[in-house]
Amino acid sequence: MHIKPILAALRRHKAGTVLIALQIALTLAIVCNALFIIHQRLAHLSEPTGVDEANLFVIENQWAGQTSNPQIDAQIRADLVALRQLPGVRDASPSNAYPLEGSGWDDFITLTPDQTEKTTDAAVYLGDEHLIDTLGLQLVAGRNFRADEVNSVGLHQYSVSPVVIVTRALAERLYPDGSALGKPLYAMTSTPSTIIGVVDRLQRQGIDAWSDSYAYQSMLWPQRLDMPRGIIYIVRAKPGQLAAAMREAPAALYTQNRMRIIDPKNGVLSFAQVRERAYDSDRGMAILMGIISVVLLAITAAGIVGLTSFWVGQRRRQIGIRRALGATRNDILNYFLTENLLIGAMGVLIGAVLALVINLWMIAHVEMSRLPLAYVLAGVVMLLLLGQGAVLAPALRASHVSPVEATRSV
Amino acid sequence: MFIYYLDLALRSLRRNKALTALMVLAIALGIGASMTTLTVLHVLSGDPLPGKSAQLYYPQVDPQDIKGMSPSKEPPDQVTLIDGLNLLHAVRADHQALMAGGSVPLQPEQSSLDPFYVDARYTTADFFVMFDAPFLYGRGWTEADGDAKARQVVIAKALNDKLFAGENSVGRTLRMAGTSFRIVGVLDSWQPNPHFYDLNTGSYAYSEQVFVPLQTMLDLHLSRSGSNDCWGNGGGGTDNILPSDECVWLQFWVQLDSPAKAVAYKEFLTHYSQDQKTLGRFQRAPNVRLRNVMQWLDYQMVVPDDVRLQNGLAFGFLLVCLVNTVGLMLAKFMRRAAELGVRRALGASRRALFAQLLIESGVVGLVGGCGGLLLAMFGLWLVRQRPSDYAALAHLDLSMLFITFVLAVCATLLAGLLPAWRACQIAPALQLKSN
Repeated sequence: MHIKPILAALRRHKAGTVLIALQIALTLAIVCNALFIIHQRLAHLSEPTGVDEANLFVIENQWAGQTSNPQIDAQIRADLVALRQLPGVRDASPSNAYPLEGSGWDDFITLTPDQTEKTTDAAVYLGDEHLIDTLGLQLVAGRNFRADEVNSVGLHQYSVSPVVIVTRALAERLYPDGSALGKPLYAMTSTPSTIIGVVDRLQRQGIDAWSDSYAYQSMLWPQRLDMPRGIIYIVRAKPGQLAAAMREAPAALYTQNRMRIIDPKNGVLSFAQVRERAYDSDRGMAILMGIISVVLLAITAAGIVGLTSFWVGQRRRQIGIRRALGATRNDILNYFLTENLLIGAMGVLIGAVLALVINLWMIAHVEMSRLPLAYVLAGVVMLLLLGQGAVLAPALRASHVSPVEATRSV
Repeated sequence: MFIYYLDLALRSLRRNKALTALMVLAIALGIGASMTTLTVLHVLSGDPLPGKSAQLYYPQVDPQDIKGMSPSKEPPDQVTLIDGLNLLHAVRADHQALMAGGSVPLQPEQSSLDPFYVDARYTTADFFVMFDAPFLYGRGWTEADGDAKARQVVIAKALNDKLFAGENSVGRTLRMAGTSFRIVGVLDSWQPNPHFYDLNTGSYAYSEQVFVPLQTMLDLHLSRSGSNDCWGNGGGGTDNILPSDECVWLQFWVQLDSPAKAVAYKEFLTHYSQDQKTLGRFQRAPNVRLRNVMQWLDYQMVVPDDVRLQNGLAFGFLLVCLVNTVGLMLAKFMRRAAELGVRRALGASRRALFAQLLIESGVVGLVGGCGGLLLAMFGLWLVRQRPSDYAALAHLDLSMLFITFVLAVCATLLAGLLPAWRACQIAPALQLKSN
């Protein structure tokens, strides 16, 4: 295929050529970045939390009148007995938070009390000796809390627990040689907490980018939170009895004592609902990006079809002459395909640069990481193929132009 | 002439239905998408208190210890209780208020209603006058009442409607957290968007139902919510009343009626920090900020990233649609070279041809704009179905409606300029000869 005559022809259609190339460039730039964002958003959706998600639910219990610590603590103990006695319930624990809650309590962690820079950051989960079994965590080293280690923490009491259970991710971050068990950590105090156990995996409460950089670094304290505001009960149902347990649990709590508030709509959430809420905006954004990308590609394809059709119509005589002079149908077809490829190549070249520029702009203005070149390459291939596909119909029509056209005056 | 050109344009558009439909659809989609996101952005980045926001300032001082300090670090986003009270009692501004968010359990007198939690704002007395909060009945508490830890409360209209069927409830009693409060005022509907004075409790479509004196809250240990940041050994997030010196959890706002006063106030903050350092309370060199409402919202980047991303994406989309329309319009006009050549030969001026072609693209823009408007309304409806806190605010207002049409028509006229100009450059003789 001779490229020179094609270039010569394109020079006579500067405006059209530039417009198609520009459209391809813009589409490539937007679609690359959109695909990258979709991938980023969807990546988290399938990440495991480490808890027994299929059987877990949480109850957000607020106190209506109780204010004194002993009163609240007694009520929490009575509630837990009632919950654990339910036929559909395997175990239950009081807590301050649950994974994927959206935001929560976290502490800077240091290895020595007088360190000025934090070593890492850990999400804090409070609970009693039932917490590990309730969440369905796997203890990979050390031991669980003993009942006598669990204390209650109320208003105006902030006490550091002498013992702590950490996740494997946190243990490895603090003591990379694997010797975490029995070692101390400092959670924003000068009092050490000794690591007595390591659990396999427990995701943090936060789902933002900051939490993401400390993924799976969590720790458990043996404490019951006796706050006047309320408490979270984490409940693990027996396999297959989640729905029944979710009905029984709030009823059992109200039977225990009516002076509480459990929001009828959001007070009791299965873990599936927690997960859905946590990632709802991510999913929405991914869907939106997907729709926009598809529509953009369709519009660009339609634009190429439209403009090439016009060019074919305009050049019927020239095509006829070429056919009369001996060009085969394939020659004509190839001519238009090559022409499109040239314009496409020009477009994707500009588009690739534009994609990176847009990415840099986003890094500067919104939360975003570097666009991997693989996305740009995928986009380039996609748009070149799209161009070839779009030009095929008009090009085929061109190849069917009869040599007789050369003799017609119009 | 205009009518004749319009007729010509419609005929021409009808002749090539698929191409016309494609152009209209592309414009409609582009306009629809960009107007949806622009409306959301417009709503979210609005001024919460028009006319007043320029006089309201948010002072920041830096009481943190020396750990982890870097030279250009911003001071904390809130103040400690000690600093808040010091600045409040200094009374250096026209108005000042120290506040925090929280929620309290409310026990209605009516036995038909279960107890429920309401969002609360604990604040000092100047809050209402400083933020222009409108009163339906009664008034706010006085500074003396606040200092006396008075059991007084101002309630919102929605709560008044719920508990007292909208009647004047001033003087009646409200039981919250086991304590009886006397209602001294009822606010009219009031919801500044964004919720600028405390972005941690909710940025949009959020409003407190009860307002309680801050001193009363401290006295009764009512539960607080929002963000707190601690350093040193002030760690821990379990307490209602955090250490007064090592945790920031309160917001402090001042009203400064002139720019000169703002300059003076900033100097005062620097002096205050210097004094505190001399006293040994502050460890860092004076590090103060004084932002007004809009600067504060900007600094806090209150508009969600996703919204800005969507807006950028939508305008990129519109740009592609426009380029697409320019290309198609060019093809369409050039195909009619023969017809235009005849018209030129018969005496039509270039200007007349140009006008005719622009009217044609204007018609596409108008139809596309109408379609875009429908799509934008549909898009906003979709946004309202989303669970985000700003969902309920996504409504098209009159100014946005106007902008939609102007944008659609201008965009297509702009898109029609190049093709029309190119088509007018055709030499009539050449066209006639080749036929």
